[in-house]
Amino acid sequence: MNTETVKIKQGKTKTTVRISGSEAVVKCLLAEGVDVLYGYPGGAIMPVYDELFKYQDKLHHVLTRHEQGATHAAQGYARISGKVGVVMATSGPGATNLVTGIADAQIDSTPLVCITGQVASHLLGSDAFQETDIVGISTPVTKWNHQITKASEIPEVIAKAFYIAKSGRPGPVLVDITKDAQFEEFNFNYEKCTGIRSYKPVPKTDILSIENAAKLINQAKKPMIIWGQGIILSEAEEQLKAVIEKAGIPSAWTILGASAIPTSHPLNIGMVGMHGNYAPNKLTNECDVLIAIGMRFDDRVTGDLNKYAKQAKVIHFEIDPAEIDKNVKTDVAVLGDAKESLSQLLSLLNENSHPEWHQKFKDLYAIEFEKVIKNDLHPTKEGLTMGEVLNEINMQSKGDAVIVSDVGQHQMIACRYAKFNQTKSNITSGGLGTMGFALPAAIGAKMAAPERDVVAIIGDGGYQMTIQELGTIFQTKVPVKIVVLNNEFLGMVRQWQQLFFDKRYASTEMTNPDFVAIAKGYHIEAKKVIKREELADAVKEMMACKDAYFLEVCVEKEDNVFPMVPSGASVSDIRLE
Amino acid sequence: MDKEIKSFTVSIYTENNIGLLNRISAIFQRRHINIESINSSFSEIEGVSRFTIVVNMTESQIKKIIGQIEKQVEVIKAYYHTDEEIIYQESCLFKIKSDLLFEERQIQNIIKESNAKIVTVNKEFFVLEKSGRKNEIELLYRELSAFGIMQFTRSGRIAVTKEEMKITEMLAAFNN
Repeated sequence: MNTETVKIKQGKTKTTVRISGSEAVVKCLLAEGVDVLYGYPGGAIMPVYDELFKYQDKLHHVLTRHEQGATHAAQGYARISGKVGVVMATSGPGATNLVTGIADAQIDSTPLVCITGQVASHLLGSDAFQETDIVGISTPVTKWNHQITKASEIPEVIAKAFYIAKSGRPGPVLVDITKDAQFEEFNFNYEKCTGIRSYKPVPKTDILSIENAAKLINQAKKPMIIWGQGIILSEAEEQLKAVIEKAGIPSAWTILGASAIPTSHPLNIGMVGMHGNYAPNKLTNECDVLIAIGMRFDDRVTGDLNKYAKQAKVIHFEIDPAEIDKNVKTDVAVLGDAKESLSQLLSLLNENSHPEWHQKFKDLYAIEFEKVIKNDLHPTKEGLTMGEVLNEINMQSKGDAVIVSDVGQHQMIACRYAKFNQTKSNITSGGLGTMGFALPAAIGAKMAAPERDVVAIIGDGGYQMTIQELGTIFQTKVPVKIVVLNNEFLGMVRQWQQLFFDKRYASTEMTNPDFVAIAKGYHIEAKKVIKREELADAVKEMMACKDAYFLEVCVEKEDNVFPMVPSGASVSDIRLE
Repeated sequence: MDKEIKSFTVSIYTENNIGLLNRISAIFQRRHINIESINSSFSEIEGVSRFTIVVNMTESQIKKIIGQIEKQVEVIKAYYHTDEEIIYQESCLFKIKSDLLFEERQIQNIIKESNAKIVTVNKEFFVLEKSGRKNEIELLYRELSAFGIMQFTRSGRIAVTKEEMKITEMLAAFNN
């Protein structure tokens, strides 16, 4: 390695080292504080892997069994740690296999930097072996992407990639590096990115908008808050709690906002949306001021927009200006970072308690408990319910576990019933609804929080979409708990077929393999529960196990998730049965 | 809610980077919006590109699209304007057989009245250039097509606004 002193602009001198592009990639990652990355090697990224081999004491590369698994693992890591998740893959199929995870990270605002190898620059556009236009393919699902064809671009582009992924509303970034740029030697010097002239990550907060928001909240008789993941991303949990408590506002959460405020908090009134709680959905159409914080009024949250909170004044706290008025017309938009805005708001709020308004939520909860929750959590019928499995996990984890859920019925049950004592405890694929998310995401989550129990709750369908990641668990010995709720159906689709397609169960019944044997094939301890009386002991054994553990629970085949806002209906037309 | 579909001219100031056209057009594509015309060039600011895109949609739709365009990392600023708020032009070229210029007297009158310009003439063909609004170009096209047009092409709309766009100050603010 040669060291030389290079004169750079403004007459300053800097010591640079002459290294290859591939070594520069590794040095950039180290400079950004990366200690773990997820990926899969291949021809066009081999020079970088060769450097990873040299730097393996500083940078832990986790070999997943499929590139999609690498993206979800990085997502799980990013969501728990608050850091950028890093993914590496080769060109062509390696790169295209990332697309689902990147799209998931884009819609759920998860910071990722994905580095892909690319064919040598002289081969670009020639249909070379394993060439694919990954920059073109990933454009609509990345916050930013860029192709590097010269080694000298590597430091600046990777610095920008990390800055863009993490700042403002986070998101995935892809950097594609041609193989010749990986081999090329250049004078390396790394400087972190601190700003880009065309990019304003956090819009300026207008104090007037906060004053207007405070005025509306202080005048409100029936205020209601819906918070989303924005609270967790801006680490505004304490500020939100202070606002809620001071103004006495019943507060609900979106699926990605779950766990920001403990489940047991008296003003936490549950989840909104299609399978959310009865009271917050119903009373969305009765509140007089609706305060949305760090959420984006997804259609699964709002149902029919023409019948959504029409009676209410709407206040929207949001970091992304493109979200304002996108779905719901706001009366007061407060742009900026939630943590900052909420602390400014707090001092302007009057103390309040709204006891009659609270009572309405309690009354509706009592109805939901009687009609739905009681039977889910404490069933008297023979078959096991998903809800009672969650209840058992709650009791044994005492609400301290990270719950990673996949997509479908079990996900709704997990988000409805999981108890959370601390923030960043609920990891799930919300916006994209990516089946196969949970198993690899749990790997990343556990690596980001080794001191916490991480329990993946997965359906029998989604489990089989990324089941190969059991190999990653076995090889890395990451001790995740895996619970498969097996109803031998693609349950949520089956539920819709039952309710809206006259029970024509087109391609939703699954003939499943011996899951326990498969887990054992990967040398993972495994158990299957069929009867209620076996459940508590099995969960206990799982939670006590120091290694990875697989638990299959055979649940009632044709249970439905309620409450439910039928697709296209108003939130206040939520059904309890 | 406004339901009226109008023509909007979108002006986007961007960094001059590969792939940005793709990123911007994808925003229209995902909402199933057809781009009527598109033009890209350098702008009045060094190193800054300018896209001019014409689309037909409602005002509430275009507002949302502008928000999604502006959120792209390399977009500096995006604006939308109605036809009344801008000065705009398109340009077109006609390739026509040279014989017609002498055989069909009418063609000479059409050229004069339309303020079109003859760019080149040779034995086989002549090329006519016309700048103006879409309807003027369409009128000229109809008149000339009666005699036969060998080739025709029209550019996308280019436009400047009547009101000032404070883009230079925005960039200056970043540099300070």
